[in-house]
Amino acid sequence: MHNNFRKVRIVGSWAAKTARLMVGVPDYQDYVEHRKAFHPNEPIMTYEQFFRERQNARYAYGKGNFRGCC
Amino acid sequence: MNRKNLIWLGVAILGAIALATIALKRGETVNAAWMIVAAVCTYLIAYRYYARFIADRVLKVDRLRPTPAIRHNDGLDYVPTNRYVLFGHHFAAIAGAGPLVGPVLAAQMGYLPGTLWILAGVVFAGAVQDFTVLFLSVRRDGRSLGDMVRSEMGRVAGGVALIGVLLIMIILLAVLALVVVKALVASSWGSFTVISTIPIAILMGLYSRFIRPGRIAEMSLIGFVLLMAALIYGRTLSQTPALASLFTFRGETLALMIIAYGFVASVLPVWLLLAPRDYLSTFLKIGTIVALAAGILLVRPDMKMPAITRFIDGTGPVFAGTLFPFLFITIACGAVSGFHSLIASGTTPKMLENERQARFIGYGAMLMESGVAVMAMVAAGVIEPGVYFAMNSPAGLIGTTAAKASQVISGWGFSVTPEMISQIAKDVGETGILSRTGGAPTLAVGMAQILSGMFGGKVLLGVWYHFAILFEALFILTTIDAGTRVARFMIQDLIGSVIPTFMETKSWSNNLIGSALAVAGWGYFLYAGVIDPLGGINTLWPLFGISNQMLAGIALTLCTVVLFKMKRQRYAWVSVVPTAWLLVCTLTAGFQKVFHPSPAIGFLAHARQFSEAMAAGRLVAPAKTVADMGRIVFNDYLDAGLAAIFVAVMVTMVIYGLLSVVKALSTPDVTAVEVEAAGLAPGGTHA
Repeated sequence: MHNNFRKVRIVGSWAAKTARLMVGVPDYQDYVEHRKAFHPNEPIMTYEQFFRERQNARYAYGKGNFRGCC
Repeated sequence: MNRKNLIWLGVAILGAIALATIALKRGETVNAAWMIVAAVCTYLIAYRYYARFIADRVLKVDRLRPTPAIRHNDGLDYVPTNRYVLFGHHFAAIAGAGPLVGPVLAAQMGYLPGTLWILAGVVFAGAVQDFTVLFLSVRRDGRSLGDMVRSEMGRVAGGVALIGVLLIMIILLAVLALVVVKALVASSWGSFTVISTIPIAILMGLYSRFIRPGRIAEMSLIGFVLLMAALIYGRTLSQTPALASLFTFRGETLALMIIAYGFVASVLPVWLLLAPRDYLSTFLKIGTIVALAAGILLVRPDMKMPAITRFIDGTGPVFAGTLFPFLFITIACGAVSGFHSLIASGTTPKMLENERQARFIGYGAMLMESGVAVMAMVAAGVIEPGVYFAMNSPAGLIGTTAAKASQVISGWGFSVTPEMISQIAKDVGETGILSRTGGAPTLAVGMAQILSGMFGGKVLLGVWYHFAILFEALFILTTIDAGTRVARFMIQDLIGSVIPTFMETKSWSNNLIGSALAVAGWGYFLYAGVIDPLGGINTLWPLFGISNQMLAGIALTLCTVVLFKMKRQRYAWVSVVPTAWLLVCTLTAGFQKVFHPSPAIGFLAHARQFSEAMAAGRLVAPAKTVADMGRIVFNDYLDAGLAAIFVAVMVTMVIYGLLSVVKALSTPDVTAVEVEAAGLAPGGTHA
């Protein structure tokens, strides 16, 4: 029972990650962990800054950003 | 033989039975479930055997070779991503209006030719292209198609490819906008719901900017609820004459509105309108595709369209031209879509965890898109054929009254009564359904039949119909907004190479001028399409198909060149065969669109017909003045010129491809320009 509940939660978190990435926002926790591991003592964006940065990047030119035609 | 192989043998036999059922059954109706079974079995076999062959033998993907996501991991653009999550991202990026509209138009030849092309095309061309381009880009730090063409085939080839992409963009935006216009003409319910997406999106944008920054789920939920409220209120509005008249528009008005909208939307900050609507349309798109699949599987409707109709001879009312080459041009997306090469070399290659996943993401997602195209074919096929032709034939052929239309269409051998036509219109809450060309309304009727069979019955038919229209219009408007921005950047790049100050994208005047140019480009073709007596789709869709196939040809030429440069020429047939097929299709179609003696097909013949009438002092409908006549002739020459340019671009690329192949063969060394395989820290190379 407990095990099934965990499975549902894992699938749920995958679905949420997929939905976010579908609109161009990768996982924030992954970003934070990456910054901590490889860029210690450097600034880390807050989630709000991170979200804005990603939102702008999604519609900036030159990143293969033209989607959803065919 | 072990158990695993037995299972695959079972899948193959089941697929063969399903294909035989849809292809050979004559005189009795075929259940749509057979189409789905045939498609799914084909995809499974292709994925298991052909895609694996390409991965292991042709490309030799290397599981241990670090991908750009590993090498440049920055937690932002370059992120090693779980393959199922990335599959969703990639699929959401490639899926759009294309695979929904093309099959609906192609259904005029019966469901069989289109379905067979969708299946064969995706297995041997479309999915091969997506997979290979993705792989090439992964090997090159996630670089774009244009960049790769330049570095592997030279600067001239790269420049030609860029011009090709800009032209496709303009035709694509025009044709998609035309689909929306055709769906909303004289429909107050549809116009109201689509227009209300604008304030709803702005509200979402403000919410996620100032009230709860970055809360995607919350704002999408709010947007969805408001959208459904607008959808349901739309029915009341359409039944209240005073309000309905406010939202009932003519095609010309709608075209001007969309042009104005495209301009304004593309200069607004992205967070205000584009991003929130993009979120809403992405989720709605995925949700609707899932719902449609569930509906087809649960309801299992019968196909009412014959397997093959007499219109394979080229006399069809929906688009002119014979089965070869025009079927293969009409269904581009879903079988092979050049646009995917831009996405497969965009954000996706920067997120692959390892090279082996390129097969699942590149080949697999394209198979799924092909499945969407098959579902669109099912939706078009479950409608009464007579109703299908009433909706998709231009007014110039079937007239503007139900009585006249039923007479003409029955004469074609598809019985339909005026009562059937008006009953369908009443059921879906529209004033009329005659000549609603462009595919979207037909798809909406088909989807409404399937979805209301699953939930709501006849009472909700109208709501489902307008939900389907809303869903298509929503993501087409998002594409128009984003596409106009991309076209603006490309124009700024092009002009900027002559006048460098024009490249400054922060300058407001540059942005306004760039957007105006981009909008003027597609807006011109849109307006010409709206006033075209043959419905516009007739003219623009083949041009779009040719351009999209041409882009696929460019991408597959690149794949071929790189295979030779990698010294894998033994397997080059994998990309040479589809390239050759696309070359034959685009060249034949392009040639016929320009030079065909029938005015219904050839642009020049059409221009001649009007010029001769002008010289004789006659007016030919729909022209009402001599100036109209002159404009029609001018547009014919313009369209002929465009078709010729598309063909020229494709031929140029193939010639450059051949030169590169000869050069690659003359040296014993591997000459492909890949990034080094090893020697990088796992944490990435830049801050």
